[in-house]
Amino acid sequence: MKVVYTDVLVIGGGLAGLRTAVGVRRRGLDVLVLSLVPAKRSHSAAAQGGMQASLGNSAMGAGDNEDIHFEDTVRGSDWGADQRVVRMFVNTAPKAIRELAAWGVPWSRVARGSRESVVNAEKITITEADEAHGLITARDFGGTKKWRTCYTSDGTGHTMLYALGDQTIAHDIPVLERQEALALLHEGDRCHGAVVRDLITGELTAYVAKATTIATGGYGRIYKVSTNAIICEGTGIALALETGVATLGNMEAVQFHPTAIITAGILTTEGCRGDGGVLRDVDGHRFMPDYEPEKKELASRDVVSRRMTEHMRKGKGVPSRYGDHLWLDITGLGRAHIEKNLREVKDICEYFLGIDPVEQWIPVRPTQHYSMGGIRTDHTGQSPTLKGLFSCGESACWDLHGFNRLGGNSVAETVVSGMIVAEFIADYCETEGGELSIGTGLVREFLERERQRLDALLEGAGGESATALRERMEAVMMDKVGIFRTGEELEAAVQELQELLRRSRNITVRTKALGANPELVAAYRVQKMLKIALCVAQGALLRTESRGAHFREDYPQRNDRDWLKRTLATWDDEADDLPTIRYEEIPVTDMELPPGFRGYGTRNHVDHPDTAARVAEVERTLAELPEADRFARQQALMDYESLLPEKYRGRNERLTERL
Amino acid sequence: MSTRMQASPADSAPTRRLKLHILRYNPQDPASKPHLQLFEVDEAPSMTLFVALNDIRDHQDPSLQFDFVCRAGICGSCAMLINGRPGLACRTLTSSLGERITLAPLPFFELIGDLSVNTGKWMRGMSERLEAWIHSASEVDLRRLEERMEPELAEQIYELERCIECGCCLAACGTARMRQDFVGAVGLNKIARLRLDPRDQRTDADYYELIGDDDGVFGCMSLLGCQDVCPKDLTLQTQIAYMRRKMLRAAVFSGT
Repeated sequence: MKVVYTDVLVIGGGLAGLRTAVGVRRRGLDVLVLSLVPAKRSHSAAAQGGMQASLGNSAMGAGDNEDIHFEDTVRGSDWGADQRVVRMFVNTAPKAIRELAAWGVPWSRVARGSRESVVNAEKITITEADEAHGLITARDFGGTKKWRTCYTSDGTGHTMLYALGDQTIAHDIPVLERQEALALLHEGDRCHGAVVRDLITGELTAYVAKATTIATGGYGRIYKVSTNAIICEGTGIALALETGVATLGNMEAVQFHPTAIITAGILTTEGCRGDGGVLRDVDGHRFMPDYEPEKKELASRDVVSRRMTEHMRKGKGVPSRYGDHLWLDITGLGRAHIEKNLREVKDICEYFLGIDPVEQWIPVRPTQHYSMGGIRTDHTGQSPTLKGLFSCGESACWDLHGFNRLGGNSVAETVVSGMIVAEFIADYCETEGGELSIGTGLVREFLERERQRLDALLEGAGGESATALRERMEAVMMDKVGIFRTGEELEAAVQELQELLRRSRNITVRTKALGANPELVAAYRVQKMLKIALCVAQGALLRTESRGAHFREDYPQRNDRDWLKRTLATWDDEADDLPTIRYEEIPVTDMELPPGFRGYGTRNHVDHPDTAARVAEVERTLAELPEADRFARQQALMDYESLLPEKYRGRNERLTERL
Repeated sequence: MSTRMQASPADSAPTRRLKLHILRYNPQDPASKPHLQLFEVDEAPSMTLFVALNDIRDHQDPSLQFDFVCRAGICGSCAMLINGRPGLACRTLTSSLGERITLAPLPFFELIGDLSVNTGKWMRGMSERLEAWIHSASEVDLRRLEERMEPELAEQIYELERCIECGCCLAACGTARMRQDFVGAVGLNKIARLRLDPRDQRTDADYYELIGDDDGVFGCMSLLGCQDVCPKDLTLQTQIAYMRRKMLRAAVFSGT
């Protein structure tokens, strides 16, 4: 029996996992990172466009601050977010970006003087102030009132991941590559680590830890076409689900990005539209202003994706052998801009489409992109039901994004949540409750159980094929649990997924190799993925309203009266064919920004009975503070600072707000 | 208008039956011997080697080992020898190749099996040896304005930062053939990138300690293979030549 002990086990070597590891190491703890792939190859590297932080350095971001970032994020979430978490996030994002700057990220900088730019398809001149010269600049992204998205060309995630990867090495943190967690070690309401399979040798090892952190990204690959890397299969989130104790939050909240290229589904960044690109239909007509007169191409992603689909349904798509698509036109931006600030996009167009986006339009359509749902945690990143289990980044639902995430808020969340959650993990490990209390018998039991599960796949006579089940699951999710959803289709999806789950218990793996065995890997992963898919589909079926990225054609209204709540899914028994769904209220009475119209999309919602009273209370509170500064006004509405780790409290300096 | 008249991607691609000869070997299996195995695949429009290899694994041989992560030319996982030349399989369109395609694992790196090699382990070792991270003694106050940097300098650093550690440069390197400890263009480019960065407070004398020998900048024979195959078109030879000059200077002036 092979057992490895550490203080903190981090599962996942992307930005969130690495930042967590660095944070707990700096607090003097022993930490191990497990990763399916070399850390610098994680999906974080694919984030192109940028990271939101309200520095307000550039002319188009002037006047920006945490308050505006907060409002944009809450509106973007369609009021599904936990507003305290949003406040913690927006206050820490400038600190995170400054930390990364110190670690070597070559953020694009403000250059003093005038330059030509494209806004709303028109050339304008932007003049940057002398005093801003050399500070970190920002570009425009959807759903934001200011240009707030900081970037390095369109390789932002790559530069962030490399800086953090280098810091991980500098801090002498072991990253064990090609290691896959198969199950969490747990007893009662306490998590003790994980059972882990070496993908090269096939060996099983128990990693026993005071705190276990899942930072494994999203579950995009349950869909047939996704911008996600192929390792984003949701199997890390499934580890928590399979405990039967930990809960998953808002799994039906799945984002579709407006502009992935056909057919590969590879992303072209929102920076294309932020920098002035427009969407065109089969007639070459720029159609978004017809639907969204104010934000046009830069409404939030859920809205733009729906409008594009709506427009294609009207027969305005461009027919192709892969189905309809629309055009992304960045030709107006000019060669110099594209080759400097959108070079990954240019590479992708050249290699995968054989076109030059400086001259030609890019064929795009909305494609699965982001998982707002994930392991439900509190604001410290800890599961409320399974102690010692933490999660952060895309795999978590703590819950920053509600039912729709803004572009640029995800890479920001990875590092911000890593910074914050690392402190709470370290605090936890230093308390009495954090001490290990696990017997070798339990470890043996879990190792034995996983060994038997693998043997069952290798020796099974059921004859089912993992590939066939997976292809069917991907198709069902794509066709029936997509951008536009109906009760009828969702019901059919749930039924078929249940059938697939039952069949997945009878998979036979033909390759008997005990070491590296991709067929065995595919088999145990599809079993986990089907459970995740069922959480998404069942959550979507039961939520009879439309909110953010979850859109029900049979219930097109956002219904705060009945549905201002977070979906919680558990898998109570291994033999179950469905998750158990419960809900938790999102209390209006605590909200700094009570629910209302988002400012884009359709104005169509049913108010919560408490909304009017809370709106009046907010107005009254602010009226009583006519002289107070913005910090005091905010504090009077909703406390969040006491929730932050002490080292990340405090104001952020700006050119216009000196400390 | 020319932008409007384009056809959708690869609409006119003819259907071919591709013959992929793939090097098979599982070092963990004592009975396994390296050999080329032929797989035939019907070519589809816009097919990349990523699509072709997954097609083979899903429908012909589930034991075939290879590595893909981003499948978009961003992460550097899938470097392999494509008809003998190092390249990223994920962004190689089969239409750019003949009907007969030979695929082999990247040389130089530890073989995991078939087309899968352990680049991650080597890259981590290289980073540790070269202490390839920003060395700074100053504690940064995260609440204050960030240090300023000239916009052009940030762009120059990003230019070198674009390396994805795919390993192609080492697979194409003559020195690496002879010296297993050679840090390669990937390592030398990283030092050049750090040297350019004012946030890294080390001096040329410090860098000389790391790369001032035959396993470092003086091992390069200027065969240019690294730059020829670099998927990110990095100016590797320029960086190596520049670093060689700087390191010579450091050696002369420090009296080493």
